Amino acid sequence: MKKMIFAASCALALIAGGAQAQERDLRIAFDVPYEPFEYKDENGELTGFEVELAEAMCEEMNANCEFVIQAWDGMIPGLLARKFDLIMSSMSITPERAERVLFSEPYYNTPGGWFGPESFNTDVTDMDAMEGKTVGVQRGTTMDTYVTENMGGIVNIKRYTTADDMVLDLEGQRLDVVFVDYPVGEQTVLTKEGFKEVGEPVKLGQGVGVAMRQRDTELAEEVNAALRTLKEDGTYDTIMQKYFAYDIKM
Amino acid sequence: MPDFIAEWLNQNEIFTAMTLMEYWDGMVTTVHLVFLSLVIGLLVAVPLAILRTVRNPFVSGPVWLYTYLFRGTPLLIQLYIIYYGLAQIEGIQETFWWEIFREPFYPALLAFTLNTAAYTTEIIRGAIVSTPHGEIEAAQAYGMNWFMRMRRIVLPSAARRGVQAYSNEVIFMLHASAIASVVTIVDLTGAARNIYSRFYAPFDAFIFVALCYMALTFILVFAFRKLENHLLKHQRPVNG
Repeated sequence: MKKMIFAASCALALIAGGAQAQERDLRIAFDVPYEPFEYKDENGELTGFEVELAEAMCEEMNANCEFVIQAWDGMIPGLLARKFDLIMSSMSITPERAERVLFSEPYYNTPGGWFGPESFNTDVTDMDAMEGKTVGVQRGTTMDTYVTENMGGIVNIKRYTTADDMVLDLEGQRLDVVFVDYPVGEQTVLTKEGFKEVGEPVKLGQGVGVAMRQRDTELAEEVNAALRTLKEDGTYDTIMQKYFAYDIKM
Repeated sequence: MPDFIAEWLNQNEIFTAMTLMEYWDGMVTTVHLVFLSLVIGLLVAVPLAILRTVRNPFVSGPVWLYTYLFRGTPLLIQLYIIYYGLAQIEGIQETFWWEIFREPFYPALLAFTLNTAAYTTEIIRGAIVSTPHGEIEAAQAYGMNWFMRMRRIVLPSAARRGVQAYSNEVIFMLHASAIASVVTIVDLTGAARNIYSRFYAPFDAFIFVALCYMALTFILVFAFRKLENHLLKHQRPVNG
């Protein structure tokens, strides 16, 4: 009996070893800077919550990962054109996107936050008071969809490609208020003098998932399994606590 | 054929009446912006081109410097400097200038106008300096003064020589106006980018907008051909 168990475990080790030997190459795309999810530190090294999570995930999947920097506008086209295999760049799961790409299970969800100058005292949920105000959003984000659907025609919406440009216009007083992913606003707007949070954070959407090509269903299963392990064994929490004072786990 | 179009319009998700209206608004903004900057640019360029041909370097030098600066740097950089740079000036928000520069339209109009005026100045200058000497001598022999010579002989003949080069500048300006979308103006390209980011359909959104630009270009080419026919009538064969 003992011999049989030994033989079986040997065979298992062989199989596992065989699987390990075929280390797969994966390219993961990020749009930087998007603090604290992905950005470059003082030494120019790519880091952030999603970058560290991606590193842990690659280790879990036994994959050889290469990180690619890609501007947000070209994210999905780049994935479909096989410039990279995974997007782990805070891409919220939406039905429109799900028609183009395959999403993993969500791995985090952050609310949208309202940020503005100290002098801004309007209630952002009061549509009469908000009428005619200029609101900045990042083009194509869930925040953009929310403002467009709920406040389109009431407020004047300005869409930006990068959060940097948007914050520059908020500082320049071209915008009354911005509606942006909460942690991003925390890092870019609240670090500046004279700005504050001006409304309750709004829960949006179904969370953020890893995006892959539709046909890569096997890869998606592996990604889901790896993420589940990381969430259960505490690795996820350790990384999260490094970057956030609050819970974004999903 | 109309049935086919109606069916296609009903089936597709992207080109609904709403998105088509967005494209239309974008086209109005593009035409508005390009037309104004071209008209103002041309009005500025004619006197500048004349100054540029003056022998005195204190008169022609500054114009040379202006055209050199604006032709020597990308339009996108000029737009960034005017749009984001001006907003960084301390206290500009309290002056009346802010009424003008708060919205992206006027910074873009200013950048486009300065840029096209620089190119147009050089086009007109080139046409002026290549005026045949005989024409000027003949005008002098008639006793025309400098102003009359400019108005009756030099500028009309320069217009004939410059119109082809200028038509290129107009088309380039239309296409260069696509960068207005980076400063939040929803022009044709801005509309296409908004629609693209909503549906994640780059081909549909951008090919449609490319066709819009092509239609505008076609109108311009047609108008300039008419203008050239008119200005260069004397060069056509008699029975052509």
